[in-house]
Amino acid sequence: MNNRLKVLRAERNWSQQDLAQRLAVSRQSVNAIETGKYDPSLPLAFRIAETFGMSIEAIFLRGGDPPPS
Amino acid sequence: MIETDDRPPQKAYLQRMGISMGSYLISLGVGVYLVSRDLVDGPVVWLLALLPGLSIVGAFYAIGRLILDTKDEFIRMLIVRQSLIATGFALSVSTVWGFLENFELVGHVDAYWVAILWFVGFVIGAISNKRTYDAWGQLK
Repeated sequence: MNNRLKVLRAERNWSQQDLAQRLAVSRQSVNAIETGKYDPSLPLAFRIAETFGMSIEAIFLRGGDPPPS
Repeated sequence: MIETDDRPPQKAYLQRMGISMGSYLISLGVGVYLVSRDLVDGPVVWLLALLPGLSIVGAFYAIGRLILDTKDEFIRMLIVRQSLIATGFALSVSTVWGFLENFELVGHVDAYWVAILWFVGFVIGAISNKRTYDAWGQLK
């Protein structure tokens, strides 16, 4: 599953560690999700969405879906 | 009911593992010393023989508690994956060896080697996690 985590994080000037602290997870988790190696559970996806103030589908994209402009 | 524990999971794991390994080394050393010199007999020998094995059971308990206590779902998945690789490795090698032994092609190996194989598999699992997910699974 693709996601816009890296872009959204960069827009806010947050490091992976910053985002990890906000989500109460390890930096390794953020890195694995960002690079598409790990798809988060629904509860964690909701926490990510809340942290960015966006909907889940605005952050996580099905394979082949174009990123929102 | 699971006891409450305020220690970080990784720290509690290392402490439990340290206690298990310390208990293993001491109980094995004392057992070998006393039994090899015929200083004990009867039920005491049973107790001395059980203690090293139960200490290793403590190491398995430490890993189980690490899985239960780890709240980070990605890290928890890595530990579970690592444990499954270890289990598959230990069962596969011991099963193949068992049949080789059955056909008298190899010598007898004591059953506690399965636990040693499992820990070798646990290291293989950690390497596999690093290669697949670029993470060892330790909390940073």
